[in-house]
Amino acid sequence: MNLSKSWVITNKDFSIFMKKKRILYTLIILPLIFSILLPLSIRSLTTVTSANDLIALINAFSYFYIILVYIQSTTLASYSILGEKIEQSLEPLLATPTTESELLFGKTLASFIPAVAIIYANSLIFMILIDLFTTNTFGYLFYPNWTMVFILLVVVPLSSIFSIQLNVIISSRVNDVRTANQLGFLMFLPFMGLYIPLVTNSLSLNITNLTIISIIILLIDITLFYISKSTFSRDKILTMWK
Amino acid sequence: MIEAENLTRKFDDLLAVDNLSFHIDEGEVFGFLGPNGAGKTTTIRMLSCLISKTSGEARISGYDTSNESDSLKIRKIIGLLPENVGLYDELSAYKNLDFYGKMYDCSLNKRKENIEHFLKMLGLWDKRDMSAGNFSKGMKQKLAIARALIHDPEILFLDEPTANLDPESSKTVREFILELKNENKTIFINTHNLDEAQRICDKIGIFNKKLMAMGSPEDLERSVWSNKTIIKLKNVTTKILESLDNLSIGNFTSTDTDITIDVNDPEIENPLIVNTIVSAGGKIQYVNKLSPSLEDAYLKIVRGGNE
Repeated sequence: MNLSKSWVITNKDFSIFMKKKRILYTLIILPLIFSILLPLSIRSLTTVTSANDLIALINAFSYFYIILVYIQSTTLASYSILGEKIEQSLEPLLATPTTESELLFGKTLASFIPAVAIIYANSLIFMILIDLFTTNTFGYLFYPNWTMVFILLVVVPLSSIFSIQLNVIISSRVNDVRTANQLGFLMFLPFMGLYIPLVTNSLSLNITNLTIISIIILLIDITLFYISKSTFSRDKILTMWK
Repeated sequence: MIEAENLTRKFDDLLAVDNLSFHIDEGEVFGFLGPNGAGKTTTIRMLSCLISKTSGEARISGYDTSNESDSLKIRKIIGLLPENVGLYDELSAYKNLDFYGKMYDCSLNKRKENIEHFLKMLGLWDKRDMSAGNFSKGMKQKLAIARALIHDPEILFLDEPTANLDPESSKTVREFILELKNENKTIFINTHNLDEAQRICDKIGIFNKKLMAMGSPEDLERSVWSNKTIIKLKNVTTKILESLDNLSIGNFTSTDTDITIDVNDPEIENPLIVNTIVSAGGKIQYVNKLSPSLEDAYLKIVRGGNE
């Protein structure tokens, strides 16, 4: 596989993303709002909530980054893959001396890199603010901790890959970005649903539970990889993608 | 250069291309004429290794289109203008071409040189920094042609290159194709524009799911009928028609003022016909040779094939 070809595709998609204001807003504004608002809400609770409940709530908020990276990746992947389909630019792209794996890898990177990078940058803001607002209450710096490291280094990338692979499959069936986004979010609903027991402290966000979640997402990623790879073939794109 | 042998493509039960066989030599401009839905785009896609064939064989410059490693080599030596231009609207004309130059492994210098060369040739150099999305349809089509040429391909596949263009843009594109022909590029054009095919193609294939006729535009025109003579009269009388009936010539049809006659040898038959009409009291206003057009040939062949 010629990785430089994939990188050319990734770079081209980056240039297009930079020109689309809606993508930029979703990519920058949305995580920034949450990364500031969530610590602020914690600050307002420090005096009225017990330390244990506060920790559960912060962990629940950190889980939010798994959902957020999925949303970001879905937005980017739907523009990157479905966007090419809608603008009918896939055919000339497929006519170039590039393998399908190089194309798919380039497209995956184009969604994965900015989505994950934005999450890392925003989680840094989140962690700094949380530490700033809770050090007096806890008597120690809450972040960095292994739970967040695990979330950022394992679950966030897996969640992003889940979204991108799913989008390749969805792109073969739908013709507008909104429907693709909705279908993508629908598939992640069970994982979004976990947020409720985390907030109510009926599920704890420890390494064991995160490992279970990661294994489930990994298995889904592997399954989706094989389906998306078979979906992303020249013949199928030009003859079966509706 | 481009060869097909019993090339066939089915989509489930639908037969899109049926046992297509032809050969196109280097430097030839081949026009692939056929109605909408005839399977022309499917053929181009098979030849440019975008979709697989159901059976048969196709070779481009000796490379087998169904062989995976050959297909990468084929894509390097061909340029494709698809039916839908598919440009990146957010990127400038220059960046669109630069991206494709990179995809075709062109060096930085070659990219710069070719982008400038083709944009200047197509009159888009001054608009190089404008987003492709702001281009008119004609400008987009020209830019897509430049994209197909960015890597100096030996062979060009053009799918409806002048479809939906205004006459001026069509003329520019046509003249550009003729310039490419002078550079000895082998060009395969899908079109249903008969005038365009006649003007620029060395060889034409008339196609409707299967190849129904193939030859030079002149050969195809001649295949409709050999010669017809049209005689314009002040008025056509029964006596004139009876006199012509008695003459052992080809079939003829008439209106109130015209008689159209099939002739095998105009040099011998035309004076005889004229004498007969004058003898019958006909007042001839003019005598003309009626030449079959490519349109006549196309309609006869396509309709004949559908019957």
